[in-house]
Formats: sequence, C-alpha cells, structure tokens
Amino acid sequence: MKEYFHSVVLDKHKCNGCTNCMRKCPTEAIRIRDKKAVITKDRCIDCGECIRVCPYHAKDVIVDDLSVLKNYKYNIAISPMSLYGQFSVDTDMNKVFSGIKALGFDCVFDEGLSADVLTIAIRNILKSNNLQKPVISSFCPAVLRIIQVRFPSLIDNIIEVESPMEVGARIVKTKAMKEYGLDFNDIGVFYLAQCPARVTSINRPIGIRSSYINGAMSIKSIYGDIVKNAKKVQKDEEYMRASPKGVGWGRAGGQSYAIGVENYLAVDGIEHVIKVLEEIELGKLSNIDYFEGLACIGGCVGGPLNVENPFIAKARIRNIARTSEKCDFLNNEFINEILAQGLINWTEKITPKGVMTLDDDIAKAIKKIEMLNQIRKELPGTDCGSCGAPSCNALAEDVVRDKAKIEDCIFILKEKIREKEKYGGKL
Amino acid sequence: MSSNNDKIILEYYIMKNDFKSAGEASSNVKKVLNQLGVDSKTVRRVAIATYEAEMNIVIHSNGGNIIVTISSDKIEIIAHDEGPGIKDIELAMQEGYSTASNQVRELGFGAGMGIPNMKKCSDVFSISSHENEKTLVSMTMYM
Ligand code: SF4
Ligand code: SF4
Repeated sequence: MKEYFHSVVLDKHKCNGCTNCMRKCPTEAIRIRDKKAVITKDRCIDCGECIRVCPYHAKDVIVDDLSVLKNYKYNIAISPMSLYGQFSVDTDMNKVFSGIKALGFDCVFDEGLSADVLTIAIRNILKSNNLQKPVISSFCPAVLRIIQVRFPSLIDNIIEVESPMEVGARIVKTKAMKEYGLDFNDIGVFYLAQCPARVTSINRPIGIRSSYINGAMSIKSIYGDIVKNAKKVQKDEEYMRASPKGVGWGRAGGQSYAIGVENYLAVDGIEHVIKVLEEIELGKLSNIDYFEGLACIGGCVGGPLNVENPFIAKARIRNIARTSEKCDFLNNEFINEILAQGLINWTEKITPKGVMTLDDDIAKAIKKIEMLNQIRKELPGTDCGSCGAPSCNALAEDVVRDKAKIEDCIFILKEKIREKEKYGGKL
Repeated sequence: MSSNNDKIILEYYIMKNDFKSAGEASSNVKKVLNQLGVDSKTVRRVAIATYEAEMNIVIHSNGGNIIVTISSDKIEIIAHDEGPGIKDIELAMQEGYSTASNQVRELGFGAGMGIPNMKKCSDVFSISSHENEKTLVSMTMYM
C-alpha cells in the first residue's frame, strides 16, 4: 500500500506511552507499542486531536522555518482568516500584515480574499438542480479525509472546489508572475498555518494534482515576531483586505453566512462532525442544502497551531463579520477572470481509502469477521487500553490483521498464567 | 452475530419505542460491510434500508427483530415485527404517508418515507402484513 504523507509526527523522546492520544484519535490510528505511541499512517487524517491532548507535547507538526525564503526570488505569505482572531479587535490589521512582511516576505495575501471569491463560486454552484443533498463543503481537509476513510459513500456529495488557501495561492502566484515577469519556480508561496490538516494538503492535496504552495510556517512559531515587527512599523501600508464575510469563513457557520444559504448545517469538532456524517449517510439530512463540517472546535479559530483561545478568537471574528465594509477587490470582472482561468475547480476525482477493509477478497474477509467475533467474545470488553489498542474491539481487529496478539490483553494473559500454574507450569 | 462458512448473519432485537438504541443496528451493519470491503454505494443502500426498518419497528410496532445475511454476492435483510400490522399496504407505500403519532413526528421521525425508501434501496423488495398481524419485510441487495 502507498504510504501517505503526514504533517503530524511524534517525538519519541518526549512520548511517555500514556494513552491520551490513543483514546482521542477519531480514526483509531494510534497504538502504543513498546511504551511509545505509533501512528498508523493510512488511517491518520491529520486532524491534530492528538497534538491537543498530549500532556508531554510529544506530537508536533512538520513545518518550515523562515530560512527557506532564501530559496526563492520572491516570497508570498498567505495569511489565514483565523489570524484575524489572534489579535484584539482594535488592532490595525495593516500593521499585522506589515509585521508578517518584515519576516522576510515580499507580499502578504489575505486568505479571506480568496474566500470571498469562493463565496460567489459556491453560491453559483448551489443554484444547480442536480446536486446530491446535502452538498458537503470541501473547506476542511481533515473532514475530507475522514470521508475518504470512513464515509466513502458521501464522496459524491462534496462540492468540487479548492480551499481558499489554494485558490489564494493560485491567484497571487499567477499575478506575481505576470506583474514581475518571474518564473513559476522563482516564487515561494507560504501558508501561515493554523492546523496540520492544511499543511498536509500542501504536500498531498485532495482533488488537484499539485499545490501552488511551497511550504508552511505555523502561526505559533512566528506569532511573537509578528507582534514585535508590527509595533515597529514605520510607514503605513495599505493591504488588499477581505470583506468582513470573507474573514468570517474562519469560524464555524461563517461560510454559510457568507454564501447566504439559509438551509445549512454547520458542525464543529471532529467527533460531532462524525456523528452528523453518520446521519447524512443514512439519508436523514437530504433536506439540508449545505453542510459545513469543521474538525476543530469553533472552526479554524480552533486550529491547534493558533495562539488565542478559540472562543475568544471566534467572538472577535464574529464582530468583524458583522461590520459591513465592502471589498473593492471583488468586482465581477475580476471574479469572472479567476473562474475562467479554472483556478478553483477540482481536476482529480477523490477516491475512497479502503483502510477499514479486512481483506481484498470478500470470502476471506467474511472468514476474518468470523475470527473477529470469536476474539471479541474472549476479550473482557473493559476497553482499558493496557494492550496498546484504544478498545477491545480495536485489539480484536489488530489480532485479525496480524498486528497484535490476543495475549497483549492483560486479562487474557493473567488467565493463561493461572492456568499454567494450575498444571504445575512455572513462568 | 454468527456465520456459517461463507455467510455472515447479523441479528438485532429491537424494542418498541426504544429511541435510545435506534440506529445501532444500521451503524453496526455498515461497519461490518466496510470491513468486508463492500462498495460504498451498496453500503449506503443497505444502511438506509436497515435504518428505516429499525425505525419502523421502533415507532410503529410492538417490537421485533432484523436479520441481515451477508454473502459474497448479496445482502438480505429480513425485518420482522410482532404487530399490529399495516391496514393498507398500498397507502403505506406512498411517499409522504404516515401513521406516526404527533409526538413521534415532533421528534423528527415518521415523515412517511420509511417503506418507499426501503423499496428504493432494494433490488428485490417484498412486504406482507394485515391489520392486527405481524409485518414481514424482506429486502435483497445485489453487489
Ligand atoms: S492527527 Fe488525528 S487522525 Fe492523525 S493520529 Fe492524530 S488524532 Fe489520529
Ligand atoms: S477546522 Fe480549519 S483549522 Fe481545523 S483542521 Fe479543519 S481546516 Fe484546519
């Protein structure tokens, strides 16, 4: 099987082998082996839940540091909508963008601008009559991956447009090439990431062949410098800024509000999203027009690489989204040009990941299910986690997949020891 | 759950008015089908049909059971209940017709899509019932 690239990684030296991440992982991707957490790569959706719960900070995200900027002639930073929530409402965002620029970038692009473009594109798509309802937003890559892994039958409901991050990169890179006569490879585009899910999408995009983005820095790692730089800003520069509704995309429900769909459902937090996807799969929500599922609590303001508390950040963004500033960048001509360039739509089909399947041959898989049931009956059902699997069911599956032994269960082991002793055997 | 040779048989007992566990049978069936690598469109059809059958038993009957038999080429679902039966099957087959009580409708169930939905999801569908008798629904989906 093909290896999947992930941005979430484990620092073995820091890992204590506690079971916190294993229990929290929504795809049961984590096992504890030899007192260290191990991530099963093809199950991980890069949601970052494990980063949040690790008390030892052993889980981290692979990102770039600023030294990579020297590899390009011209560097562009894409600033995510959630960044607006990281500063107090009265902060002048022009100063913040100048602070980002002073890190070594030549240009700063507000991701909310591309959200504004997508608002219009999605609004148009939703007018079509032959859509599978509910149409599922393609915004959160962790949700797209959970659909691939656990809800493949819902793939056809996903709206086939790229995320604001990617669309922004495409707009700004194309523009810089034209304006400065630069080559594609001369320009470095970097995303200031709030979450591992987006970082993974740069290297392993969904729905397109390759990303226009060259790398990412985490908001956490550069926040302090941005604040320092912003304080020092001498001349006031005006940046092209997203409309308040574009900025609002960073919180749960913000997309639907911007698009203006009335009959929508916005759900945040990966566990809640999974529950609602279950319902959609049962055909129960086909009366809903648009489903916005976000892996993080509050939406992107809850991304694990942010600095500010998600609830505070969400309230700030909500305040901005209420104002009614217009965005002059968004004239029809401009949008039509973007749409005509095909910078928005998916070009590749997304495929299910059959990672839940026990065997490619169904007859063999049936046999394995039988085995699974036998093992399940033997296990105590306490879900204690001492075996290194998140539940007794998960251990049973691991045994069937030849990835664990039933004696990894301490209850079974104890019984076996007792039995041995009864017949005079010594350990 | 039991299995013999090349079949898996899943059996669920469903109690009247048990909204707390409603949906567990269909979730479980779905999980097993995914483990078997059954294609996602079939999984969805079976999940929807099982869910509707489950809800019908919970809402309309005095309790019953659902037996799902999975073999390598087809899935058969048999839903059986203890009555009180359906007075007019023709009518129940119409989309939007429902005898669910107001209380149940307020919970968001009983929109009258149950039987037509089950039929839509199946390749072979049959239902037999009379007033004050047991209802038996049988559905087959080919892979
Ligand atoms: S990132 Fe999410 S899916 Fe991946 S191992 Fe961590 S908790 Fe599991
Ligand atoms: S909700 Fe936003 S921040 Fe969280 S994983 Fe999805 S895209 Fe990333």
